[in-house]
Amino acid sequence: MSNPADLKYTKEHEWLRLSDGVGTVGITEYAQDQLGDIVFVELPAIGTRVEQSQKFGEIESVKAVSELYCPVSGEVVETNAALVDNPERVNDAPYDDGWMLRVRLSDPAETDGLLSATQYEDFLAQSA
Amino acid sequence: MSLEETVPTGALLRTSLYGEHLALAARMVPFAGWEMPVQYAGIVEEHNAVRQRAGMFDVSHMGRFEVHGLDAGRFLRHVSTWDMTRLATGEGHYAAACREDGGILDDVYVFCLAPERYLIVVNASNAPNMKLWMEQQIATFYASLVDRHASTAMIAVQGPEALTTLREVIGGEFVASLRPRRCGETQWRGEMVFASRTGYTGEDGLELVIDGDAGPELWRALLDAGVQPCGLGARDTLRLEAALLLYGNDMDEAANPWEVGLDWVVTLDDGAAFSGRDALVRLSGSEGSRQLVCLRATERGIMRSGCPILHDGRQVGKVTSGGYSPTLSVSIGMGFVPPELAQEGTTLTVDVRGKSLSVNIAPRPFYKRSAAKK
Repeated sequence: MSNPADLKYTKEHEWLRLSDGVGTVGITEYAQDQLGDIVFVELPAIGTRVEQSQKFGEIESVKAVSELYCPVSGEVVETNAALVDNPERVNDAPYDDGWMLRVRLSDPAETDGLLSATQYEDFLAQSA
Repeated sequence: MSLEETVPTGALLRTSLYGEHLALAARMVPFAGWEMPVQYAGIVEEHNAVRQRAGMFDVSHMGRFEVHGLDAGRFLRHVSTWDMTRLATGEGHYAAACREDGGILDDVYVFCLAPERYLIVVNASNAPNMKLWMEQQIATFYASLVDRHASTAMIAVQGPEALTTLREVIGGEFVASLRPRRCGETQWRGEMVFASRTGYTGEDGLELVIDGDAGPELWRALLDAGVQPCGLGARDTLRLEAALLLYGNDMDEAANPWEVGLDWVVTLDDGAAFSGRDALVRLSGSEGSRQLVCLRATERGIMRSGCPILHDGRQVGKVTSGGYSPTLSVSIGMGFVPPELAQEGTTLTVDVRGKSLSVNIAPRPFYKRSAAKK
């Protein structure tokens, strides 16, 4: 499994890419594989205040609905509008075109508690 | 993100095709006490294979019983809402099995193999109860029930190319002889194979029953002929598009055949005293309190089983099956509504975890295949 080394991960299978105090959020390769065909992604409005480990949206596969949890607290400054018409991008490119949110972090120290790619892969191996 | 928890699969039953599923790296899930494949390549890919080419499903988990004896037909009429004594050899019919109060115990398919030999196929989830119930009912008939569940495999092959492929694999003349809802038996590599031109996908095709030991060989022969293995996930999206009912979702013991649209499988004119007859006669005169309808979303969002159905802000019913239709690219479902709101075209709202989803009552089924090929 190729989880980019420059990202941070959660045990709930989200990833965070940090750049100038703004974090891009998506779900991992493992998560998209477990979900199967993704047909609907519901994201918050721009300006919404999100909290670490709290629900920020929902993702529906053909099989079931799952909740999405935010890796960090902050304000939503952008969402991936392309997912409205092309939710399958989350399956095809979870770390790239399948990104979901950009969040301006309110507490950058929160990222210290997130997992590295290696730690996330260890976590996956343990829970397998 | 919240992913479904893995349920321990230790105590589950396995079909004779279990090894085949593992070899194909299927994702296995517990279903009605069985460890079954939910998907191989992905639900949408499998769904489309059945709509466009041919797919196959391990349906060995479904209960299969042979009924033998002088009274076999009369017994099956007693446990079915449809008059099974009308079946000639090689014919089959769908029906409900009802309690005395008209509540649906199961939906079944009955096939006449010979004048005193029948096959009844029941839902996996109901197989243990149906066996007990039928054993009680059969006492007063010159007939016996033979449980073929564990000893056989059952494979459904479905799709516009299914019959063409089956002609190559199990025999051209035999397959060509089977008209819709007809059945027959043939030899395949020294094994007896039962085949019926039935299914649960809205496509043409056959359902095959073979001795469990020969099941894997038949599965591999179909695989080699290019048939896509399909799991329970695609089975559910396909049957929902075809508006075929799922026992436990769209009907149960609290439902009667009239309110779920199964009028066409109830025969009363033969006068036979089948289980539930008196209640069904009584219920047939009056308009019931609810009707099962097809629901089609008119906006983004996905209804799921259990979501409340609202009219003028008031709950009037519940979604019994819901999901995403890969063919229509929109959410579809079925649910109960009061008869006065059951007209096609009526706009209702489904409460999807607190958010409103606008839906219309749609014609049944959602998907109908183009003219059947001979």
